[in-house]
Amino acid sequence: MKCRVCRQRAAIQVRRHNANFCPSHFIEHIHRQVEKTIHHYRMFQPGERLVLGVSGGKDSLALWDILTELGYDVDGVYLHLGIGDYSSDSLVFSRQFAEARGLQLHIKDLPADVGFSVPEAAATSARTPCSACGLSKRYLLNQVAEEGGYDVLVMGHNLDDEAATLFANVLQWHPGYLARQSPVLPADEGGLARKVKPLIRVAERETAAYSILRGIEYEVEECPMAAGNTINRYKEWLNILEEQSPGMKANFLFGFLDRGQPAFAEFEENVELVACSVCGQPTTAEVCAFCRLRQQTLVNIESRAAV
Amino acid sequence: MKVILRQPRREVEVEGAKRVQDLFDRLDLVPEGYLAIRDGELLTADMPVAPDDVIELRPVISGGGT
Repeated sequence: MKCRVCRQRAAIQVRRHNANFCPSHFIEHIHRQVEKTIHHYRMFQPGERLVLGVSGGKDSLALWDILTELGYDVDGVYLHLGIGDYSSDSLVFSRQFAEARGLQLHIKDLPADVGFSVPEAAATSARTPCSACGLSKRYLLNQVAEEGGYDVLVMGHNLDDEAATLFANVLQWHPGYLARQSPVLPADEGGLARKVKPLIRVAERETAAYSILRGIEYEVEECPMAAGNTINRYKEWLNILEEQSPGMKANFLFGFLDRGQPAFAEFEENVELVACSVCGQPTTAEVCAFCRLRQQTLVNIESRAAV
Repeated sequence: MKVILRQPRREVEVEGAKRVQDLFDRLDLVPEGYLAIRDGELLTADMPVAPDDVIELRPVISGGGT
């Protein structure tokens, strides 16, 4: 296969664009896709302070590299979730990336700063590991954005993440979730930072390829707690469809955002956010879900230790 | 030839493959979920492979959506 731009040997085929690219033209292609997304959805305004959630995986590190290459000034935040070697290794990849480029990386340590790990939360609460992890990440990332005075929380969700989430919400017919799924979640006066997803036009095969071509070392192994994760299974199913019909994932997601989502607008809940009585973070209840999880987990850890 | 798989990392021997696509077919893997890498270089599915090659088929699916 030849690069569609320069006719040199291609390094990657992107079937949904009916195109093959050599390394340098693939990197240009990815930069264009992300820049187009940022402008199309008006994700950032001049002068706004940006912080990126960094996991040490291919998506967040590729996005940090892309945004830096495009001239954006972005800090990162790594959340140490206490998942054994997986968390420690992911931190090493995140630190190496930031140090090599002189970028600022905040580190938030769930066990050290809050008192419990994701495995402990999952073992002592009714939540699954991925649910406890997602709740902790949303809470801590928003806290870092607020404490650091950041206007925008940038996330590395890619096309596959968003298509799989949409698929899950359709299978379960969650009209409220379908109404809210968006590349830009606006800031809330209650204190939630604006959340943006500049990678939604980039498939995860492409973020992995970008990382390899840019020499970015990332955590290749999967989170040990995510084995059998439903979203990953949906991604595999969507990839089987994509293999038969290139472009299907993008059509599914962007067709929904352009033409399907307006039908769900009436299901958008206009919830009023109040300050959590424990931590002060925005919530719909008197005590936020994270503080409830923390209280429950810490009590259970203590009672187990006493046995 | 030796094929490196991940999640977890392991090695398998695949005989008689002539192109990268043959590896996906023999191992029953969906190419959309993988990248083929030889000596740090990405390979498209049509690229020829040789018996003494070491090819990594790296999965690209990861969880962790927030």
